[in-house]
Amino acid sequence: MPRKVAYKTQIEHLQILDENGKLDAKLAKEQGKHLLSDEQVQQSYEHMTICRQYDEVAFKLQRSGRMGTFPQNKGQEAVAIGSALAARKGQDWLVSAYRENAALFMHGLPMHYVLTYWMGDERGSKIPEGVKITPLSVPIGTHMLHATGIAWAAKIRKEDSVALTYFGDGATSEGDFHEAANFAGVLKVPCIFICQNNSWAISVPREKQTASETFAQKALAYGMPTIQVDGNDLFAMYAATRQAHERARKGEGPSFIEAVTYRLADHTTADDASRYRDPKDLDAWKAKDPLIRLRKYLESKDLWTDEQQEALEAKAKAIVQEVVKTAEEMPKPDITDIFDYTFEELPESLRVQRDTMRTTSLGQDPEQAGLGARAAH
Amino acid sequence: MAELNLVQAINLALAQEMERDDRVMILGEDVGLNGGVFRVTDGLQKRFGEDRVVDTPLAESGILGTSIGLAINGMRPVPEIQFEGFLGPAYDQIVHHAGRMRTRTRGAVTVPMTVRVPVGGGIHAPELHSDSPEAIYSHHVGLKVVMPSTPYDAKGLLLAAIRDPDPVMFFEPKRVYRSYKEEVPEDDYTVEIGKAKIVSEGDDVTVITWGATVFQALAALDELPEDVSVELIDMRTIYPMDEDTIVESVMKTGRCVIAHEAARTAGMGAEIATILQEKCFLHLEAPVQRVTGFDTVMPYYKLENHYLPEAPRIKEAIEQVLAY
Ligand SMILES: Cc1ncc(C[n+]2csc(CCOP(=O)(O)OP(=O)(O)O)c2C)c(N)n1
Repeated sequence: MPRKVAYKTQIEHLQILDENGKLDAKLAKEQGKHLLSDEQVQQSYEHMTICRQYDEVAFKLQRSGRMGTFPQNKGQEAVAIGSALAARKGQDWLVSAYRENAALFMHGLPMHYVLTYWMGDERGSKIPEGVKITPLSVPIGTHMLHATGIAWAAKIRKEDSVALTYFGDGATSEGDFHEAANFAGVLKVPCIFICQNNSWAISVPREKQTASETFAQKALAYGMPTIQVDGNDLFAMYAATRQAHERARKGEGPSFIEAVTYRLADHTTADDASRYRDPKDLDAWKAKDPLIRLRKYLESKDLWTDEQQEALEAKAKAIVQEVVKTAEEMPKPDITDIFDYTFEELPESLRVQRDTMRTTSLGQDPEQAGLGARAAH
Repeated sequence: MAELNLVQAINLALAQEMERDDRVMILGEDVGLNGGVFRVTDGLQKRFGEDRVVDTPLAESGILGTSIGLAINGMRPVPEIQFEGFLGPAYDQIVHHAGRMRTRTRGAVTVPMTVRVPVGGGIHAPELHSDSPEAIYSHHVGLKVVMPSTPYDAKGLLLAAIRDPDPVMFFEPKRVYRSYKEEVPEDDYTVEIGKAKIVSEGDDVTVITWGATVFQALAALDELPEDVSVELIDMRTIYPMDEDTIVESVMKTGRCVIAHEAARTAGMGAEIATILQEKCFLHLEAPVQRVTGFDTVMPYYKLENHYLPEAPRIKEAIEQVLAY
């Protein structure tokens, strides 16, 4: 038998809106009714601007000691918003990591929650009723399995719901990522894997993260359609997610999207990227900022003026200021909060710990320590 | 002799051991160019090259699983896991492979690796960055569990750990990383694994603790009346435990308070109290008391100080066993 090719494929890269804010007419036409409307683009741009302001204010809060560590979302807003726009609020699930605030806000998470969370307050992790998201996920690479499970349940229960899960390039190195993708492929569940390839996992560049040329091709091993997208292009992100979403709803199983973007800030406020990153790279990517690109697009269509920009900036400031105020003015959590959610019903020993705030037994429960018996003598 | 903090002392130990033994290598996330998230491995990649100080992909099971293989085949890996909360993905490799390899192969295959992990709370970190897992790994067989509290001990214990023929979990209390300095000799010295240290001698009550809580206990001692004489013991190694030192001390004082950050239930305090009960029951003048974290999730940082066994809680427990 001669050798033959057992498998052959290629990875497509999609960009619809280029770095100068120019739309590819042919690709745009292809999108047909799925092309973002002017109104959607305008709203997205506004949302992005507000989220950028949020990010910058959060950074300042950390620097002035009013908040703990914070991972900035700066530069990656188009991934979050483009994909979240393609999902249905309150119906589809967002299973995110921690760099997708814009998507979470769109789907109903009150903006002050994320600040509350990074201010070291458990209440920031509470998910309001009807909001279909999971809490921010600190351990890298473990939450995609939940997305697969959520989508699996939707399939079993014949629910019209899709799970979108976000993760970084670094996360694809963890075993759990491969298990999540494999299960999703085998079980054909309605799940969309969105890899935010922002070039870095803290100080480790993508070349040290994987020897494969794209992250998108990892999905091939799990039998799912996959595409690489310009992650700073709102249109491409939307289109790719839209397609994956349709496939998922038709019962055709999971899809993978590699969103190529860049972290315009340090990894978190505890990090100093100048130790490992070439400032030239950063500058090059600053020029590809999704906000700049979108504004150029809107301007080229006469949909945006300097006055509108000014008004939007003022609005963003006001909104974020209000959000910060809400977060900062929350009364300090009750100490008993530490205990109350451990179980539906607190075991006796935990109740004693809560009511006495002690772990010693002397003095907290005299009987238990034998003091009662002694006192009786 | 230089005054060093814990980070610097560990860095010095790593550098000196890599110099002395070319089988020693460091691997982990961000340990190379960045020098680790706490800068513990700062400058080492520059000095020893990318083959000996390796930035790995983001995969804890990968890091520890390959470390086991490296150790089996003649290297002396010192992997770093960024925070104790991220030991999770590597748990299987640690407890089911590293800890059991010697036993399973009747000594033919061994795993001399030292897993460095920052542990504990008190630095206002996000969730999963503040836990104290020493009891978990002490419970699993075949692992040594070390937790120094001072720069001098850290250097000596780390050298002992790297030279140890078995796997060692080397837990670094991150709250102490930069908060305390002391003189650390340049010389090659080791601190024996499995030996506790009597920090201060006393006759009335024994306080047993380790890691960052040693400093809380010291602060508690400062608040006690002068005529109270406390014997403070820093365990330094959690497993194997130095039973002799604690038993001897409690035989003398008759009273004991154990303080640790981890949750109370099935924490190391329970183990120590049992040892004391078994070995010096007739010498005890009061029930052994624990001051520990609660049996809850380590709260996000706004409430973490309520969870941690801080000085006032330790002081109160001491007063109570004295008054019993
Ligand atoms: C299991 C686990 N290991 C290590 C860490 C520490 N850590 C936090 S973020 C990060 C890098 C993540 O990189 P990537 O997945 O690419 O996402 P990005 O932060 O770049 O968006 C690391 C190593 C963690 N949170 N969880």
